[in-house]
Amino acid sequence: MKLKKDDRRRFLKRGAAMAGVAVGVLPPTRGQTGSGMSPDSISPGKHLPYGVRSRFEATQRDYSKGGGQYRMSGSAGTPLQDLHGIITPSPLHFVISHGGTPPDFDPKEHRLLIQGMVDRPLIFTLEELKRLPSISRICFLECGANSSYRLSSGRYHNGTGPRTPMETHGRTSCSEWSGVLLSLLLREAGMQNGAHWLIGEGAEGGWTISIPLEKSAEVMVVYGQNGEAIRPEQGYPLRLVCPGFPGDHSVKWLRRVLVSDQPHLSDRDEGQSTVRADGRNRFFKPEMPPKSVITYPSGAHRLSGPGFYEITGVAWSGKGVVSRLEISTDGGRTYQDARLQNPVLPKAHTRFCLDWSWDGRETVLQSRCTDETGEVQPTIDEMAKIWGATKEEWKENFRTPSLFNPIQPWRVNRDGSIVNALFS
Amino acid sequence: MGVLSMRCSPRLLLPVIAWATAITALAQGPTYDLGRTPTAEESQACCLPITPDGTGLPPGNGTAQQGAAIFAQKCASCHGATGREGPWDVLVAEGDEALRRRFFATSIWDFIHRYMPPVKRTRWDQGGLLKPDEVYALTAFLLHQNRIIGETEVMDAKSLPQIHMPNRPSDDLRFKDYLP
Repeated sequence: MKLKKDDRRRFLKRGAAMAGVAVGVLPPTRGQTGSGMSPDSISPGKHLPYGVRSRFEATQRDYSKGGGQYRMSGSAGTPLQDLHGIITPSPLHFVISHGGTPPDFDPKEHRLLIQGMVDRPLIFTLEELKRLPSISRICFLECGANSSYRLSSGRYHNGTGPRTPMETHGRTSCSEWSGVLLSLLLREAGMQNGAHWLIGEGAEGGWTISIPLEKSAEVMVVYGQNGEAIRPEQGYPLRLVCPGFPGDHSVKWLRRVLVSDQPHLSDRDEGQSTVRADGRNRFFKPEMPPKSVITYPSGAHRLSGPGFYEITGVAWSGKGVVSRLEISTDGGRTYQDARLQNPVLPKAHTRFCLDWSWDGRETVLQSRCTDETGEVQPTIDEMAKIWGATKEEWKENFRTPSLFNPIQPWRVNRDGSIVNALFS
Repeated sequence: MGVLSMRCSPRLLLPVIAWATAITALAQGPTYDLGRTPTAEESQACCLPITPDGTGLPPGNGTAQQGAAIFAQKCASCHGATGREGPWDVLVAEGDEALRRRFFATSIWDFIHRYMPPVKRTRWDQGGLLKPDEVYALTAFLLHQNRIIGETEVMDAKSLPQIHMPNRPSDDLRFKDYLP
């Protein structure tokens, strides 16, 4: 019975999608679906050794140079509003590049050192790493500053603030990563008593980050992404993947893991800290908190008129499985449970859906994520209280803390336009 | 040193204990016998970490005066003539911005040593491009520009770890895990 209903809905939806503009679903507004149309020569008749998407598909990342206080040498968000399911296509995986020009390594020449407080320091070639017992895992990588105004301020502060899911939450992506468990390599090297920290070092200008050993059991040394070699901008040929941790722990162009009794306290480690108004500081807190964002309908879209829309989006938590996702279609007055699409995996993007009929009146759509630890995504007012700040201050000076996970509200106006309502 | 005082819930601790036990059980020898012992040269590759107590800082020294000349030559094109103008990262700012927000002077040294200037690396073991004297001088220059040290103060392996950064919280941060 249920299947039948789903089938019918899918059929109806497909019909609506094919009708396209006739139904009035406008193409996303400026900045989301880019001008990245493939060359005309790519037609269905061409059989390419390495395939490309249809020339009618144009979604792309918002590559740009950073700006403001937190300048970076390059950054690109995932166009979440255009994706389906939970896997981010590798070419659309977000990128934040702090280290200048990305390294360009011949995989045959690359090496990984395991040293420090170990009985047997080891150096591995990529080929040797690929001979070892492998694992694959679907998990998200997210910049610690994703969805904070701290990240987006430099990019959008002269306009209306971030407008689309790519601009608000685009520094998260979800892939299947393949490689070797770091714990296996550490066993091979023989860790010594007193070791408490792992210091991952990349060749991206010598990137280092300190990872508490006690939280490192799931850390992977990765050479594969979504079935193929990891992309150049993802650290080809070798990177760390630290499931659930802020993205900068997942060191790209990995060349060394140093086992230590103390953290390095490098500039990246300092970057983990956020000083609260009362002077208290958050240091080494590796799990990303529960977060979610409605990707459709959202600031990237315009509703053509009252009627049925499936609300959908992604939720994730660095602490485990998303156990519940609630959606409010009335600005947070009431919530109802959304359907979680399979697979629902720990520390991975989780797709949620809810049937919704818009009555044409102004309203606010928002989602609230609860993870398996029971932690609930807070509203921005609740977050401000925790941090001893006000949201007005945050809006004013763009200094929202990292690991910022407030509920993201989208206001649907009478004319069907949708705007980011985080600060209103 | 090195004792963790992080809060650990029993829920978190159990898998950790299981994992640690597994590691201890296998600690006798390698299982797969892949990889080899790195040569002395390979072991010294790249840059070993510099910690806030100064561990790892090499011999050498420099002052802000010396750093100014190096900065003009090697850094100003990206960071501006005085470190304030950009177009890339602003290193010197009014109030408690830019480098004044750092907790440790050693991490400034470490960053310059590892990262700067950010050229494309083509070999896995490539480190920084500046000599220790240059890094000490540039660190001194930036600390001086940020009103933390005087123009003629000499920065070396001994003096640098003793710089008290203005925004360093009074707590010993290293092993704290506050949960706001």
